[in-house]
Amino acid sequence: MEQEKKPIKELVVSAIENGTVIDHIPTQSVFQVIHILNLDHSDNQILFGTNLDSSKYGKKGIIKVSNKYFKPIEINKIALVAPTATLIIIKDFLVIEKKKVEIPDTIETFVKCVNPNCITNHEDVLTKFKVIDKTESKLKCIYCEKITEKKNMTFK
Amino acid sequence: MKNRSLISIDDFTKENYFSVLDAAEKFEQNPVQNILDGKVIATLFFEPSTRTRLSFESAVNYLGGKVIGFSDASNSSVKKGESLKDTILTVCNYSDLIVMRHPKEGSARYASEVATVPIVNAGDGANQHPTQCLLDLYSIRKTQGKLENLDIAFVGDLKYGRTVHSLVIAMTNFNCRFHLVSPPELKLPSSVKMYIKEKNLEYYQYTDPSEVMDKVDIVYMTRIQRERFSDPIDYEKVKNAYILNRSLLANTKPNLKVLHPLPRVNEIDLDVDDMPQAYYFQQALNGLYVRQAILKIILGL
Repeated sequence: MEQEKKPIKELVVSAIENGTVIDHIPTQSVFQVIHILNLDHSDNQILFGTNLDSSKYGKKGIIKVSNKYFKPIEINKIALVAPTATLIIIKDFLVIEKKKVEIPDTIETFVKCVNPNCITNHEDVLTKFKVIDKTESKLKCIYCEKITEKKNMTFK
Repeated sequence: MKNRSLISIDDFTKENYFSVLDAAEKFEQNPVQNILDGKVIATLFFEPSTRTRLSFESAVNYLGGKVIGFSDASNSSVKKGESLKDTILTVCNYSDLIVMRHPKEGSARYASEVATVPIVNAGDGANQHPTQCLLDLYSIRKTQGKLENLDIAFVGDLKYGRTVHSLVIAMTNFNCRFHLVSPPELKLPSSVKMYIKEKNLEYYQYTDPSEVMDKVDIVYMTRIQRERFSDPIDYEKVKNAYILNRSLLANTKPNLKVLHPLPRVNEIDLDVDDMPQAYYFQQALNGLYVRQAILKIILGL
């Protein structure tokens, strides 16, 4: 006997066969996430949507990248600009793993210090920050002690 | 604290402050001692300074050590494009401790990461100047007999003055009341005010110095620099209001002392120098004893 099919929720952004879905991105951060992950220069198939309805957040953005599984440093970058994001690993159209991104206690190498007079912007010094506010993504430079915030954060 | 670098006043505990101040008191009694015999101290001043460099060099000399270094980066290989890292690694070979001042913020912390000898930060851009802060604490304790429960007025440029920032942060350990007097465009930054708020201490903001003079135990004066104002008219409006003169000091508490990190330009009238409240030159002398104490403690002597 043929099993009755459940009605499938219609997807605004189509499903991918293999890869990663970054869900629950704040709408204003979608393009920043694309940029910091260098997805605008990627050869992978990428689908994205923004200002989509979300039961949790009102509006949200989503990015689906085929055949791509992000490295921890890339996940840290996502966490900084989109702290509410969820990562969903897809294999053969099935959800293998679902996890919330998490901002680590320290951020090294990939964020630029906002202070133009900081030594890290003048000599070949890798940046290091202590995360002093995880919800607002406030980073304190361990060298010049100035605070870099989400709104003026740039990436190396 | 032996063999540890001294970079930021934030790295220090209250107990650390006291051990430096207590050692400085002993040097005030007896500043000439031969404890640095055979030691070489490097003073690397990538940016000019009078008091800080000379008081460090004087401290080393009175303690029987030798000084090497430069007082201007243009006399060093920095001019040829040498990196800070290479300069520090080289000088580590020739010295037991490096005192450095550098125009870039964070340079001292970075130097302490690459160096094989302790670094003492003598000012990194607008960021930190911890030995000045310790000599300010020493001067306050010496003139008031304590650091706790004082009323302190900070007057002038509270936005850019690194000595103000460090001293405010240090004094939040001692339950003080802060009286912050500045033009609206030079108010204490919120990143520093945060330390006062975290400890739930009282602070008051003013724009007229005459409002606080009869209330406080310490007046910490700073210079207002013309280049801090984008509009020269704004500077002209405030410059005379922030000059300390004899009449402003006419009705102070008897224990009030005026501190100033120096150099002074015109923000304290010269005839204030003879008043019993004037303490800034004694404060600069205290810098000698405090720097002797810092050298002794870090070198573990």
